[in-house]
Amino acid sequence: METFRSHVMICGGTGCHSSGSGDLIKAFEEQIKGNGLDKEVKVVRTGCFGLCEVGPIVVIYPEGAFYSRVKAEDVKEIVEEHLLKGRIVKHLLYHDSINENSGDIKSLNEVNFYKKQKRIALKNCGIIDPENIDEYLAFDGYKALTKVLTEMTPEEVIKTVKDSGLRGRGGAGFPTGLKWDFCYKAKGDKKYVLCNADEGDPGAFMDRSVLEGDPLAVIEAMTIAGYAIGSDQGFIYVRAEYPIAVQRLQHAIKQAREYGLLGKNILETGFDFDLEVRLGAGAFVCGEETALMRSIEGKRGEPRPRPPFPANQGLFEKPTLLNNVETYANITQIILNGADWFSAIGTEKSKGTKVFALGGKINNTGLVEIPMGMTLREVLFDVGGGIPNGKKFKAAQTGGPSGGCIPTSKLDIPIDYDSLVSIGSMMGSGGLIVMDEDNCMVDIARFFMEFIVEESCGKCAPCRIGTKRMKEILDRIVAGKGVEGDIEKLEELGNMLKESALCGLGQTAPNPVLSTIRYFRDEYEAHIKDKRCPAGVCKGLMRYTIIADKCKSCGICAKNCPVSCISGEKKVPYVIDQDKCIKCGQCMEKCPFGAIELK
Amino acid sequence: MKSIKDLEAIRNKTLEDVNLRKDRKGTRVVVGMATCGIAAGARPVLLALMDEVQKRGLKDVTVAQTGCIGVCRLEPMVEVYTPGEEKVTYVSVTADMVPRIVTEHIVNGNPVMEYTIGAAENNTDKK
Repeated sequence: METFRSHVMICGGTGCHSSGSGDLIKAFEEQIKGNGLDKEVKVVRTGCFGLCEVGPIVVIYPEGAFYSRVKAEDVKEIVEEHLLKGRIVKHLLYHDSINENSGDIKSLNEVNFYKKQKRIALKNCGIIDPENIDEYLAFDGYKALTKVLTEMTPEEVIKTVKDSGLRGRGGAGFPTGLKWDFCYKAKGDKKYVLCNADEGDPGAFMDRSVLEGDPLAVIEAMTIAGYAIGSDQGFIYVRAEYPIAVQRLQHAIKQAREYGLLGKNILETGFDFDLEVRLGAGAFVCGEETALMRSIEGKRGEPRPRPPFPANQGLFEKPTLLNNVETYANITQIILNGADWFSAIGTEKSKGTKVFALGGKINNTGLVEIPMGMTLREVLFDVGGGIPNGKKFKAAQTGGPSGGCIPTSKLDIPIDYDSLVSIGSMMGSGGLIVMDEDNCMVDIARFFMEFIVEESCGKCAPCRIGTKRMKEILDRIVAGKGVEGDIEKLEELGNMLKESALCGLGQTAPNPVLSTIRYFRDEYEAHIKDKRCPAGVCKGLMRYTIIADKCKSCGICAKNCPVSCISGEKKVPYVIDQDKCIKCGQCMEKCPFGAIELK
Repeated sequence: MKSIKDLEAIRNKTLEDVNLRKDRKGTRVVVGMATCGIAAGARPVLLALMDEVQKRGLKDVTVAQTGCIGVCRLEPMVEVYTPGEEKVTYVSVTADMVPRIVTEHIVNGNPVMEYTIGAAENNTDKK
């Protein structure tokens, strides 16, 4: 193989891909060839670097120069200056990667965004070419499987996972080793290993990024799981809305098969294991384990009551192990570095790291992996770079439609499974949506409830009807038609739903509503009693009114009103009929005297 | 099908290539490649260095380029940074000189004194 003196790593994650990294790859290849550097410089498409906010991202080694928001026009300059003449193009670098005092460039680990992160699940993302198995091998790939197959018994593998303290990263946090042990002990002629890549929370993209950036880490871990529980067949259930992830996964499976790392007699040890990808059609409920298994079987994706638990009776009624993508992404590292290494990271009951997708009102939108126990404040303000435009932080939402909102007063709680549950939220799969003073908490709760109403499968009445009724009440409140007692009714319905729904989707569905009531009850009350939206979001509570002093009775507003709700006559100020007004804002826009206000 | 040995071989071979993305340790060889360096013939020197490093399978050596080192009249210039040692600057380097620099200096740790900037300056003084 040829060696190259310089590697140009271009992010090929979905975020950067949609901001044009595909064109950049072409532009770099053309420019490099044009300058006769194609034997010296290699262009590599990688997985997500995490800092999606400033994408597309290009990192050039060996200098480790971190270019952000690179445009196709910039490529010529980077190639001619940096690659040909060795002069780093400082004005195109990510602003925080230059040392202010010395003007030198910092290594990636010193940049604020990366400094406090600890990358285990995302270890290879942005470092390797996800479509090249040789690169995966060079970064310790398949060392863990080799160790497991040649030196360890299944019991030892399970014990290592148990001792590491790893808990399910899909959200609920069930101890992974225990799950493996149940499956190992379950009796059956055939067992299955499944990977849940049906990531459905709005704003979450951790699993997608792992699959796009390091698909073989998941494949290797599933093979290890197959050895541990005694299974020879696995399925990865991934949503069809993740085309890049699906394509890289399939490519990785093909390469692993060619190398004999999937299939019969793996590494000449007599162990057989193979994997297939199953595409989900994007139903949120199919992330629930029993519904997911139904869907793989080719049936309608609906949950069923447990027990029997999947460990004993899962896919095709056989013992089945199901873990989330990120959970698997930790396994090879635990095997290689040992349970003690992993359990030394994090808190007493939550070990290791957690990947979060930062979104909403935050400067560094993107993907971060932090050790458990870091405070929310550190994640948002040190890693995340704080709230943009000098606005005030209001709340952070974890766990998507199953989680809750965390207010300013709880910013200093450590992020771990149990602390988050204690304040009415949950770890969730890792979506972290940040809200500032301009967000209305009632509107947020309504948004999540609307999502749940659409995604409820309808099998059980509490979820099918309960969520709908809750949404109707919320609709009423944001439309300014809330009545006394609505808050109490929401709480009652929510608690009932928690107790009685069939699966996790329904049981956790009221969380966004209940947690916003818990911490932002005053906002609900303002909507209901004062008919006022403190954040100025809820259209239904806004009123366009004509300021009598400023109105010149020209009639332009009335002429432009699409529902003819403005009336008046010459020399008398015009009036808006509030019952008919649809709040389109046309009148305010058209008024030549600024006589219409919105409150 | 690959055996465990095959995997190890692929791993080692690929490592040579991807090593430069890992944290930098070991020796760093830098070639001055500003306009002056390129005009004086730095590119063949750079290629010869890469060739030599690869031929000898030196894993902890990075070959990189840099801008103008400053003494344009002595280009092409090559600087060798070994951790814990003073940097050594070679001047008026040609591709023919590269094998000696790599063998004697980078592999065996003895800088080729006659190629260094110190030697070049002594010569100028004598003239």
